[in-house]
Amino acid sequence: MNFKRFGAPVALVAAAALALTGCAANEAGGGATDEAATGLSGTLVGGGASSQQAAQEAWVASFQTANPDVTIEYDPAGSGAGRDTFIAGGSNFAGSDRAFKDEEIAGDFASCVADTGIIEIPAYISPIAIIFNLEGVDSLNLDAATVAGIFSGKITTWNDPAIASANPDATLPATPITPVHRADDSGTTENFTDYLHAAAPEAWVDEADGVWPLEGGEAAQGTSGVVDTVTGGTGTIGYADASRAGDLGTVSIKVGDEYVEYSAEAAAAIVDASPFAEGRTDGDLAIELDRTSSEAGVYPIVLVSYLIGCSEYQDTEAGALVKAYFSSIISEDGQAISAEAAGTAPISSDLFDKASAAVESIK
Amino acid sequence: MTPSTASSVREPRVKAKQRPGDRIFAGSTLTAGTLILAMLAAVAAFLVIQSIPAVTTDPGEIPILAGETFWSYVAPLVFGTLWSAALALLMAIPVSIGIALFISHYAPRRLAQGLGYVIDLLAAVPSVVFGLWGANVLAPAVQPFYSWLTETMGWFPLFAPPASGTGRTILTASIVLAVMVLPIITALSREVFLQTPVLHEEAALALGATKWEMIRTAVLPFGRPGIVSASMLGLGRALGETMAVAMVLSASGGINFALLTSSNPGTIAANIALSFPEAFGTNVNVLIATGLLLFAITLVVNSIARWIIARRKEFSGAN
Repeated sequence: MNFKRFGAPVALVAAAALALTGCAANEAGGGATDEAATGLSGTLVGGGASSQQAAQEAWVASFQTANPDVTIEYDPAGSGAGRDTFIAGGSNFAGSDRAFKDEEIAGDFASCVADTGIIEIPAYISPIAIIFNLEGVDSLNLDAATVAGIFSGKITTWNDPAIASANPDATLPATPITPVHRADDSGTTENFTDYLHAAAPEAWVDEADGVWPLEGGEAAQGTSGVVDTVTGGTGTIGYADASRAGDLGTVSIKVGDEYVEYSAEAAAAIVDASPFAEGRTDGDLAIELDRTSSEAGVYPIVLVSYLIGCSEYQDTEAGALVKAYFSSIISEDGQAISAEAAGTAPISSDLFDKASAAVESIK
Repeated sequence: MTPSTASSVREPRVKAKQRPGDRIFAGSTLTAGTLILAMLAAVAAFLVIQSIPAVTTDPGEIPILAGETFWSYVAPLVFGTLWSAALALLMAIPVSIGIALFISHYAPRRLAQGLGYVIDLLAAVPSVVFGLWGANVLAPAVQPFYSWLTETMGWFPLFAPPASGTGRTILTASIVLAVMVLPIITALSREVFLQTPVLHEEAALALGATKWEMIRTAVLPFGRPGIVSASMLGLGRALGETMAVAMVLSASGGINFALLTSSNPGTIAANIALSFPEAFGTNVNVLIATGLLLFAITLVVNSIARWIIARRKEFSGAN
C-alpha cells in the first residue's frame, strides 16, 4: 500500500473522528435542568444494574451539564456486583434490580455511618411487553396461566382453545408457537418469571430467576436478540422492554376481569398499587410488587430498579452529591430524560413525594 | 537456550566481533520468545487460581449451578463446543481445499490473485458482523429448508423434529463458524499447495497422469501436514469463537445431537459471554473454570495436531 497516497486522507479522517467524539461527550441530555450553578464538585462513583445503563448515561450527562465540576461514573456491572461493591464501600451509590433483603440491611455498609440505614428509591420503572409475530394478528388477550403455558411449552399451537377462547375476534392459524427467551442472565427474565410464578403458580412452578429456568424454547442474546428473533421468525413470542416492541404484536394481560395493554401509566400504576415492604426505615422505599393485583388499569409485568444510597454518609461531600444527583433523577425532568433514553415509565406524583422526602433525608 | 549453544559452536573459530546490533537483536528476540511463554503462564495461572473456588465451594451455594455439580453444568457446554466446531470443520475443510486447489492449480493467474484477496478479506470481517449476518439473514433464510428436512427426513436422528421456528440452530451456528474458519484454512492450504515441487508435478504428468491424478499423487500428499495444521488453526478459532455463536445460537438445551431444533447445547465461550455481565461472587469463578476447561481442550487439540504433523513428516516429501 502506498502510504504517501493514502496516509494524508486517513490521518485527516482520524483527526476528524477524534475531534467529533470530543464534541459529543456531554451533549446527550439536551433537556438539562437549567438550575443556577450549584457549586457542587467532586466525583461520584456508582455501579450496578445493567438495565439502568441507558438511563444512567442520560441522567449523568444531564447532571454533569448542569454541574460541570461534578463527575459521575456508573459501572453497569450487574445488580449483584453493584450491591456487593456498595456494601464494601467501593461505590457511593448502587443501582439494583431488587431491593436489599432484610438480613443484608442488618449488616454494615462501609460508606455509611454505622446503624443509620440506607435509602432505596424505585426510580426506574420499565414495563415489559410480551411481543409476538403472527400474521394477521396485532394484539392478543391472554391471562397469566396461558402465558405460562405458552412459555413452558404446554400450549404449542396458536389456535389452542386457551388462546382462542380469550380472543374470539382474532383469526388464529394452526402455526406452531416458538417461545423466545433471553439467553443471558437478566433482570427482565427475573421480573417476567416472577410475574408468571406469582400470577399462575400452578402453570409456572419455578421461582423467579434471572436465568431462564427451563430447557427448550428459543434462546436469544439480549433485548435486541429477542426482538430480532421474534421479528425474524414465524409464530414467535417473546418478552422485552416495552420501548423496544416496535411494530410487533403485543399481548394485553388479564388483570382482574379486564385485559390491560402495557403503557407507561399502567406500569407506574402497579407500583402505586403495591405496598411498601414492611419493617423498613423511612427512606427505604422497597416495594413488594403485587403482581396479582386486580385493580383496574395496572400492568403487572414491570421491571423496577432501585437507586440505593446511604441515609447518612461518612463522607458528607459524597452525601451532598448523591442527594443532588438522586433528586435530579426523580424530578419530572429526570424521569422524562430516562423515558426518552430508555423507555421507562415516569414515577407517579405520589411516589415522587415519598421519594423526594427520602432523598431530602440524605445526609 | 539458542544463544548458548550457538556460542559453544562458535568458540573454536576465530572469535567474531560482537557488534551492538547483534546483541540488541539477539536480546530482543530472546525477550519476545520469553514474553510469549510468560503470557501463557500468566493466563494459565489466572485461570487456575480463579477456578479453584468453583470446584471447592459447595455447589448448593453457587446460584449459577442451580443445585447441579460443576461437571454436570459444564458437560453440555463442552459437548456443544466440540460438536459445533466439528460440524464447522466438516463443512469448511472440503470447501477450503477446493478453493485452495482452484487458486493454486486451476484458476487463470489474474483470477487466482483476485480470489486470494477476497478470501483474505473474509478473514478480516469482525465476528460480530458474522453474528449479525447469521442471526438476521442466514437463520430466517434456511428456516423453511429446516422445516422441510424435519418433515421428510425426520426419521434420521440428526434431523429429528421439531424444527426451530427461527432457524437459529446449531447447524446455522456451525455454518457461520465454517464461513469464519474458511479463509484461515484456505489461505494456509493455498500456500502449501503452491510449494509443491514442480518436478513432482511434471513427473506425474510425464507418466501420463491427468490433472486430477497429478493433484492426487503429487500435490495432496505433499500438502497433507499443511492441511492438517491449517485445519487445526481453524479448529482453534471455531472452538474459541464467542460473539458469533452467542448471537446466532439458541442455546437452551442439554446434550442433543439433533441439528434443527430450538434446544441446542451452548458453547463454553458463548456461555461465558452471555452469563458474565450479571455474574458475581462464585458465579464468576464457575465461568472462569469453564474457561480453563476450554483452554485445556484447545491445548489438547493443538498437541494432537502437532503429533499428526510430526508423524506425517517423513512421508510428506517436504524434506
